[in-house]
Amino acid sequence: MSGQAQIVIDKVNHTYRPPRGRPVPALADVSLEVRPREFLALLGPSGCGKSTLLYLVGGFLPTEKGRIEVEGKPVIAPGPDRGIVFQHFALFPWKTVRGNILYGLERQGLPRPEREKRAQSFINLVNLNGFEDSYPSQLSGGMKQRTAIARTLAIDPNILLMDEPFGALDAQTRSLMQTELLSIWQRTPKTVIFVTHDVQEAVYLAERVAVMSARPGRIKAIVDIKFGQRDPSIFRSKEFVEKVDELWNLVRDEALKAQGAKAS
Amino acid sequence: MKTLVRYSPLLLLALLWEALARLNIVDSLALPPLSKVAVAWIDLIRDGELITNGEASLYRAFIGLLLAVLFGGALGMAMARWRMLDIFVNPLVELFYPLPKSALIPITVLWLGFGDGSKILLIFLACMIPVTIGAYNGARGSEQVLVWSARSMGASRLRMMWDVVMPSALPELLNGIRTALALAFILLVSSELIVSQQGFGYLIGFLGSTGAYEGMYAVVLTVAFLGFAADRLYQILMQWLLRWRE
Repeated sequence: MSGQAQIVIDKVNHTYRPPRGRPVPALADVSLEVRPREFLALLGPSGCGKSTLLYLVGGFLPTEKGRIEVEGKPVIAPGPDRGIVFQHFALFPWKTVRGNILYGLERQGLPRPEREKRAQSFINLVNLNGFEDSYPSQLSGGMKQRTAIARTLAIDPNILLMDEPFGALDAQTRSLMQTELLSIWQRTPKTVIFVTHDVQEAVYLAERVAVMSARPGRIKAIVDIKFGQRDPSIFRSKEFVEKVDELWNLVRDEALKAQGAKAS
Repeated sequence: MKTLVRYSPLLLLALLWEALARLNIVDSLALPPLSKVAVAWIDLIRDGELITNGEASLYRAFIGLLLAVLFGGALGMAMARWRMLDIFVNPLVELFYPLPKSALIPITVLWLGFGDGSKILLIFLACMIPVTIGAYNGARGSEQVLVWSARSMGASRLRMMWDVVMPSALPELLNGIRTALALAFILLVSSELIVSQQGFGYLIGFLGSTGAYEGMYAVVLTVAFLGFAADRLYQILMQWLLRWRE
């Protein structure tokens, strides 16, 4: 598999050093490989370091120990080959929907007519027609996240890093967004690393789920998910329920450990 | 109509002023009737005194403030992003902050003489403080995820300062500039009162020393009105620049 891996994470350790207080080990010897155009979920209890791992791949945090390579090159800085979607959207509040989507295209140096055309096509893709000139403060949570996804997809990254992107949305919106993301991914396949603590979400979206242990995070297990057709009807199927059970059993111990660590 | 109601206390004050002076309740030399002040104002406009001196004053205030916004804004944001600069400059800002800036009037005159230079320097130094502090606090509050978003979409570090840190700092920066605007008027008039051959402050001092109290009041009221108008206009500009906020 290593021959065709697009992202290689090799024995990565990471320690948080808060300005006050003791250093917190966040990741311990994490190794993981991600294949091109694969949808991989990173599943684990809160505080297990799964977001940290994502930020390291994004180049937002420096790799201290271990090695992270994307397409054979070590990660040293953020770049437009790795688009990111954050839980709390991270839209520029002073830019409109269109302005937010145009921003990355401007930084990529696309000529203006092409930028405008591309931005519009992504506004259409995420169904935000009529809201092009709205500011983020005027949008619902779901619309904000659709804008953030459109903004990231518009610069056409090979890799999509998603940090609990639907965690801040209500249940109905989340379910619609999951289906929307799947359909976008099926139309324009990209490598996706999707961080979540929601077992159902991981099973529904991902082809492979990497389960992480409580802090310091390690990869505890990697589970393949192979469903023929993915649509919301799958939630009631026997195989789906079994997969959720299998993963939930893996996560439960870690969630309990994380709880215990907090309580102590 | 609403505005009229809001400022009606001013109208009452004006009427009271006129009455007190006309009825000789207060010495009409110390407080000339408002109507006479208005006449003196028209005279000062006609003979060009108010315009020439006003132009000189507004030029000094504008240049001083503009330099303070440019330098103070850049300095505050740079301090928020680079720890070394912060460590070095912060004590200077803290030391300079409570200093009564009018104490610097003789020093700026010593350095740059009686003309525009010393007034501009004084206004620049005084206005830089609130602008720098506003930019610093605003920039420190800029969200990490916005910085990361810009970087991941291909913005260089410098570009990111302009695209993310500056707009993030804008609400606090604009408040700092508003304080600076008021300070500019205060220091302008006080420095011109003390050492100048031109400007609103000079005109107030000159008219007062020659016993032309109606004219003196006219200039004082003009400065008060200009300060008020500048602040109102600035607030409109601020609202427009921050229209993206909920």
